[in-house]
Amino acid sequence: MSIMQYNGSAIVAMAGKDCVAIAADKRLGQRALTVDTDFQKVFPITDRTYVGLPGLATDVKTLYDRFRMRVNLYKHREERTIEPKTFSHLVSHMLYERRFGPYFVEPIIAGLDKNDKPYICGMDLIGCLDFAKDFIVGGTASDNLYGMCESLWEPDLGPNDLFETISQALLAAVDRDALSGWGAVVHIITPEGVITRDIKGRMD
Amino acid sequence: MAPQIEPSAGFKFDNVKRNQLLGDKGYKLPTATKTGTTIVGLIYKDGLVLGADTRATAGPIVADKNCEKIHYLAPNMYCCGAGTAADTEFTTNMISSQLALHSLNTGREPRVVAAMTMLKQHLFKYHGHIGAALVLGGYDSTGPHLFTVYPHGSTDKLPYVTMGSGSLAAMSVFESRWQPGMSREEAVEMVKDAIEAGIFNDLGSGSNVDVCVITKGNVEYLRNYARPNERVEKEQSYRFRQGVTEFYAPRAARRGQDTAEMDTSA
Repeated sequence: MSIMQYNGSAIVAMAGKDCVAIAADKRLGQRALTVDTDFQKVFPITDRTYVGLPGLATDVKTLYDRFRMRVNLYKHREERTIEPKTFSHLVSHMLYERRFGPYFVEPIIAGLDKNDKPYICGMDLIGCLDFAKDFIVGGTASDNLYGMCESLWEPDLGPNDLFETISQALLAAVDRDALSGWGAVVHIITPEGVITRDIKGRMD
Repeated sequence: MAPQIEPSAGFKFDNVKRNQLLGDKGYKLPTATKTGTTIVGLIYKDGLVLGADTRATAGPIVADKNCEKIHYLAPNMYCCGAGTAADTEFTTNMISSQLALHSLNTGREPRVVAAMTMLKQHLFKYHGHIGAALVLGGYDSTGPHLFTVYPHGSTDKLPYVTMGSGSLAAMSVFESRWQPGMSREEAVEMVKDAIEAGIFNDLGSGSNVDVCVITKGNVEYLRNYARPNERVEKEQSYRFRQGVTEFYAPRAARRGQDTAEMDTSA
């Protein structure tokens, strides 16, 4: 078993029309044993940039704390909020710094830039950026999520349609993955604000 | 003494012991994104042409269907990357930054041999652990130059080169058709055919063809010069009816939700 499968996770981000969405399951396990059913894997970085951290839970917590410190320092020095693109390069460099002893996470970043343009990107555990215009997936259910997103995603979905599409893609994917699931949370980021919903899913 | 909060230069190794321990316990350590890749370069009458496919893979999964493998090094120099995707990206970025400072210091356009030497010395230092296989091309005061740089730090200087898992397919095109003094049109067409040979015959390569034509004082970056694998438009929509997804009552803002104020909690 890979260390990326130790805790289990499923995270997906999708771009819509003037909005983006990021969704994650809530399970924390130790291999096949479920330990927590409300484990946070998606974190707000700014009011309109969120980061999802699929992978080893200890590194999820460590990295979120480090991100928060670096983003706070950025705000003090620059006297402005960090843009999603800038943040993704910050994360990328923090991961590549540990090229030969990496953190076991594959971050997914979703946000709106200062012109309200949707931005999503993902990266591997050593910080290789993957810019996509459609969707980014990660975690133990990533293969399932690729399949769901390739068929369900379409361009220019509004916030309400995007919520249904990302939720159904995630729910279907985690139902075929034993290591993720147990409920999910969806964040829809729009210029007006962020809608956060805890969606109902199978608890087995 | 103030705590060190600024990033320091160089790699950090503080996770290595932990990761080795996990590896010894039998947990397989994950693999990084690779650029399976077909990358090529050739010299023609007035300059040189670089070419690359646009597929990035993570094991058998296509991680990115349209990534950029022709990296910017300097205004007169570009570099195709194959191997570990993060390594090609960060190595070329770092050399690009050093080249910019170098040409600012000297007041001259950087030379391709300088970039080649910096790349090979960096890669040799890491004994092949930085998995970057590169095709470096540029036009400087001494004319057009084309190099390949291997992960261990060896280099070749040839009039036509290929690299990556699709290098055999691409080289078969070059070996049968390349000749000295070709025209721009012939060169670009042959590079496109070589990359397409990789796209269609090598599983690690796919999607589109990127081309970069470098001549004296000019660069033409032709992103997605050929798109031989366009997806047909979906005939039906899988859009869900609004309201089908059940959710609990919207929850109160979670800690850290409103980050207009800085979150400094421990």
